[in-house]
Amino acid sequence: MSESENIVIETAEKIFADLADAQEINRDKKGEWKAPLWQALSEAGLPLSWVAEEFGGSGATLAEGFGVLGAAGRHAIAVPLAETMLAGWLLAQAKISSPEGEMTVAPASPKDRLALNADGTISGRARGVPFAKAARHIAVLANGTNGVSIALVDARSVRIDAGLTLANDNSDTVIFDKVMPSVAKPAPKGFDQTALMLMGGVVRSLQIAGSLESMLDISVRYSNERVAFEKKISKFQAVQHNLARLAGESAAALAAATSAADTLANAKSFDDDAVFLEAVAAKIRCSEAAEKGGGIAHQVHGAIGFTIEHILHRFSLRALSWRDDFGSESYWAVELGKRVAARGADELWPLVASR
Amino acid sequence: MTAALRFDPIRLPEKCQQLRKEVRAFLAEEIAAGTFSPFKVNREDTDVPAFSRKVGERGWIGMTWPKKYGGHERSFLERYVVTEEMRVANAPTRRFFVADRQSGPVLLKYAPEHVKEDILPRICKGELCFAIGMSEPNSGSDLFAAKTRATKTDGGYLVNGTKIWTSSAHIADYMIAIFRTSPPTKENRRHGLTQFLVKMKQPGIQVNPIGQITGQFEFNEVVFTDYFVPDDHVLGEVDGAWKQATSELAYERSGPERFLETYYVLTELVRAVGDKPDTRAAEGIGRLVAQVHTMRRMSVSVAGMLQAGKEPVVEASIVKDIGTVWEQQLPHRVRDLAAFVEEEASNRETLEKQLSFAIKTAPKLTIQGGTTEVLRGIIARGLGLR
Repeated sequence: MSESENIVIETAEKIFADLADAQEINRDKKGEWKAPLWQALSEAGLPLSWVAEEFGGSGATLAEGFGVLGAAGRHAIAVPLAETMLAGWLLAQAKISSPEGEMTVAPASPKDRLALNADGTISGRARGVPFAKAARHIAVLANGTNGVSIALVDARSVRIDAGLTLANDNSDTVIFDKVMPSVAKPAPKGFDQTALMLMGGVVRSLQIAGSLESMLDISVRYSNERVAFEKKISKFQAVQHNLARLAGESAAALAAATSAADTLANAKSFDDDAVFLEAVAAKIRCSEAAEKGGGIAHQVHGAIGFTIEHILHRFSLRALSWRDDFGSESYWAVELGKRVAARGADELWPLVASR
Repeated sequence: MTAALRFDPIRLPEKCQQLRKEVRAFLAEEIAAGTFSPFKVNREDTDVPAFSRKVGERGWIGMTWPKKYGGHERSFLERYVVTEEMRVANAPTRRFFVADRQSGPVLLKYAPEHVKEDILPRICKGELCFAIGMSEPNSGSDLFAAKTRATKTDGGYLVNGTKIWTSSAHIADYMIAIFRTSPPTKENRRHGLTQFLVKMKQPGIQVNPIGQITGQFEFNEVVFTDYFVPDDHVLGEVDGAWKQATSELAYERSGPERFLETYYVLTELVRAVGDKPDTRAAEGIGRLVAQVHTMRRMSVSVAGMLQAGKEPVVEASIVKDIGTVWEQQLPHRVRDLAAFVEEEASNRETLEKQLSFAIKTAPKLTIQGGTTEVLRGIIARGLGLR
């Protein structure tokens, strides 16, 4: 799908350009940019892109929503757009209508598990839940004796221990102490926590890839402006080669993330080795690119890029912190390695070449 | 956006996966018949002309070329599948691959009609081996410093000089070479080189083998002494080779052979660690698989863009840059991860032999067909830095 030809993605791009300019946000120490941005996104129906109209959403396709998230990454969007989209999508799996306002999902790590008790309450602790502090509702995946359930929980009914990501966005610990959800329904057959983590991982991959695109863009621009030793630094071969490597990392992240997104948009089930490979490879490779590519972007900028006044950190630190959500690259590498080993050496190439 | 790199998620159509089955079945037959071994990665002594002819009979050489020249008018994505399956099986493709990838497309574009009619069908049958005459003793990455002269004479040119690092020149039937037909001009140092079709195994050409650090003798020095090339073997514009050299490079730079050259060590590592790897081995394998998957997605994406008639020059250079650096590092990563493999692993000896060869092969991977430095220069130009 061509991003520029899609009305949903174009709408998002326009809102980001108008209301989420990195420079203006960086200057706004009071966070006054947040409310108008969220309002515009909500009025355009973007936070509930992945919720059908009958369940309160705008009914965009998965592919369109993924396109919106790539754009959100390019603008380093720091309101819970991705989280609300993901929450709406999770609720929709169990045909639960989405309420208005900011949402997030729990758990946000494959290592945390929430339990659905026999009395219908939810117990457990979910760490690193993005924007929990800002959310009015939490979409929850919980495991009970009768299998996996999906629930909608009022954020006022849980305890939230606030935390911050590297980029100073909320990433909180949410404690469910026998919390009664507003509604809970069984997840569809075959849908489990891994499915939620894969979807969340692809969302983060797209955001990282988008942020790398912007880091490449602003680094190239800066190198063409900054003069040192009496010439633009873009004319130094060492700088050119660093930027070429940044382009490579950005390209790898983009290719991996968009391929994984396309795979999920067309997948019949998450329980498929090829789907698993696409999703976790994207998270692994994009996370690696965040480190390597972000490092080069900072190197090109020198000291100015290390300042709070410069916008680079909005992209570089967010890309780094997005690595941690929905399973880090190390976690998924181990899982992928185990799966590859279990299939056996002669089944590796057929898996890689299956699509 | 300054860069606007595109890597659209291209999928191989169903007919490609059917073709893949055919290629795998064919390769399995050839392995069973002893034509080559997928475990024997030093392919020096497995130059198998009969294999080339069989691949030709299957219609897997010149797949994308017009039928009137013996081609099969199939897609770049179908060709992609054949190329990657051959590469992963360690099939002896050297004899036909250069012609299939590079020389054939150059001839299609620039050779006179009767030359095309003569040569292209024979490439498609797997009968002809091609070499590429670019580098000279004092001209490697700096292609336009080439000095080997082609001097006009009656009905053609007389060639004098030396090409070097010429892969397969000792078995090649033809070479596509660039020779100097005029001096460079002040305004354009790239001016004055012409591309020629050179028939090998003729008087005036001496091929001297050069030993490589792998123990192979796969590249050569090729000395021309008053070697005659007829006028109809000029390819394209006289003095204008520089205009021609760049446009085909996307085909050369982004194929599966640009990241799968040492892939076999990953397969053997997975075999060696068994079905219950420890955390360290699992993580290492997981990362490598994620990386190779990503490169393949990028490479398939470029193939899809070529099929759509686009010229993804920067994207193709990125694939080769990342891909060759990866395949160069791969044997070293695999060696790290294999350090704690059980002594009794069934394939220990195979893995060690393969690692030894792959580690010795590794240095050339970021040099051949355009060094990392040249590629990054091309990418930098694409980014608007030059």
